[in-house]
Amino acid sequence: MREKLRIKNISLTMTIVLFLIMFIFGSVRYDHFFSLSTFLNLFNDNAYLMIAGIGITFVLITGGIDISISSTIAFTGVFMAYSLQKGIPSYIVIPMALIIGIIIGAVQGSLIHYFKLQPFIVTLAGQFLMRGLCVVISEASIPITDEFFKFMALGRIQIKLGESKALNGKIYYYVLIFVAVLVAGLYILKKTPFGRAVYAIGGSEQSAELMGLNVARTKIGAYIISSFCASLAGVVFSFYTLAGYGLQNMGMELDAISSAVIGGTLLTGGVGSVFGTAVGAMIQGIIQTIVTYENLNTWWTKVTIAGLLCFFIVVQRIIAVRAESAKGKSLAAA
Amino acid sequence: MKNKINKLSQKQAFWPVIIFLTIILFNTIMTKGEFLSISIVDGHFYGRIIDIFRNGGKLMILAAGMTMVLATGGTDISVGSVMAISGAIACSIINGNLLPGLGGNVAMAIILAVCAGIICGLWNGFLVAQIKIQPIVATMILLVAGRGIAQLITSGKIITINSDAYYFINGGYIFGLPFPLYIVLFLVGILLLFVHRSAFGLFLESIGCNSLASKFAGIKVNRFLLAIYTISGAFASVAGLIESAGIKGADCNNAGLNIELDAILAVAIGGTNLMGGRFSIFSSVIGALIVQSITTTVLALGVPAAYIRVLKALLIIVICLSQSGKFKLHISKIAVSKKKEEAVAL
Repeated sequence: MREKLRIKNISLTMTIVLFLIMFIFGSVRYDHFFSLSTFLNLFNDNAYLMIAGIGITFVLITGGIDISISSTIAFTGVFMAYSLQKGIPSYIVIPMALIIGIIIGAVQGSLIHYFKLQPFIVTLAGQFLMRGLCVVISEASIPITDEFFKFMALGRIQIKLGESKALNGKIYYYVLIFVAVLVAGLYILKKTPFGRAVYAIGGSEQSAELMGLNVARTKIGAYIISSFCASLAGVVFSFYTLAGYGLQNMGMELDAISSAVIGGTLLTGGVGSVFGTAVGAMIQGIIQTIVTYENLNTWWTKVTIAGLLCFFIVVQRIIAVRAESAKGKSLAAA
Repeated sequence: MKNKINKLSQKQAFWPVIIFLTIILFNTIMTKGEFLSISIVDGHFYGRIIDIFRNGGKLMILAAGMTMVLATGGTDISVGSVMAISGAIACSIINGNLLPGLGGNVAMAIILAVCAGIICGLWNGFLVAQIKIQPIVATMILLVAGRGIAQLITSGKIITINSDAYYFINGGYIFGLPFPLYIVLFLVGILLLFVHRSAFGLFLESIGCNSLASKFAGIKVNRFLLAIYTISGAFASVAGLIESAGIKGADCNNAGLNIELDAILAVAIGGTNLMGGRFSIFSSVIGALIVQSITTTVLALGVPAAYIRVLKALLIIVICLSQSGKFKLHISKIAVSKKKEEAVAL
């Protein structure tokens, strides 16, 4: 347990240091980079990724994986845009979209837990099902003209820390949803029996079962949280783009997973934190900003993030292997 | 006679072959025999059946490679991106954008593209075998980054080429049959010989059933995993060549998009256990033909293409459920309790 805790701390420290280095790098290299609005825009532009990442962190901590989230986001967007176009009011459409998310998670979680199917096969099928359904609803992008959505898309809070332009910035209202999700995630994971059970299952499912924890409820619960967060991210994303399009966010599950891994979540389960995931997502945001400033092909973002993910996984492995061999040595000495 | 049928139905390839024949029969009846008709134009065979074999070529190759990966309990979802990379490299070289010193040599382009596929496979294998990352995450890195790399090779453009020698890979005919079919026969033939005439297949099954026990039994598990992912990468690059020769260019955004699910579906239909263990490459190849003929059938029936993906996703879940021991247990429990109820009623 001790070495696992160490892994988490090292990863998280590395992540925060990396973020600071990148921010300083950007500030030195480009004019106008160092400002409050650059920092706040990381939240404005990546709120949906952070929300989805926080959801997937729960699944990753249990040792599972959910690669259906990007298509859940796309499906939520298309579903809402289509329903709004048909004249259904937004206060019905948004709860319905969230309920659909919960149902998706419940079905996937049940298939994985009760029938012992591999998570990646179930969620891969889920991914294709949702993308297929998107195209069945509409192949073209549907614009959203609803008043509430427009209000959320444009409404923002001005933040002024000083007279200088660098100290001015704004955050959009939907960033507050992310803050709420972050607080809720922190509370659930650290302070509730459910959260502790999530960690316990990730450590060892068998031990958790023998301890008398309700494995079924916890595991399915984790998948429900993941899909729910994904559909919430879909809602936020449609505030952001004001449209629903079936091919949106292809491959975003890797972004969410790498946010979690960069933030110190172990893919083998048992270790991870919601806060780390949020920082991980911000690192991706800053990579994107730098790529934009550098005027490079946007594909560089993907390649860099994949490289960074690799690096972090390798570092985690090295630390784990070292911890194991140290343990072996101390046993041998005894 | 009955004994023989019983023995046949025990074979893993039995049900896939029956399903394939049923789909063909269904199509034949629906089109009143037109489906089976094969015409000869310029000494080449044409017809829907030939089309299924030709268009299914890529999938058959991918399914053969994927079978071995899934047999070890892993997965390789990067095959589509590897296809994009190999197509991008081959087309860029023929076009003269990449390595102009080769002067657009088609043979060198093909060799280098396959080499790129092998490197991709080695990379996946390295991550899975040495670093011990879960296969899904390890290959997902290449799934996302691979398309980016392909974009960087072609500098984000769709490359079109003009080379009859390269077109031949997809559109050529030998003895009246399409060339992709020969590629499939060659690759799958070598693989089958290799797997069944050596201990490779046996070791593969044992790794899939229990990799720790196999390690203690003296099998070099890591080396096997590396080899298997490399083969999968190499096969994917060949599939990429066929695809790019088919569209006469390289389209990094769409080449091999979503084909990984088709490949996994083909393997699942072939009866290979997706949890690892029992596998049959031949059955997976038949499975690939089934997937291709389903696509052809659905399109021929006039159903929008969008529904195919939904159908395939549902199909894969149903097949997985039917393989799941727990599911069988549930069903048999229900059946038993019903029988008991009947007994009580009597």
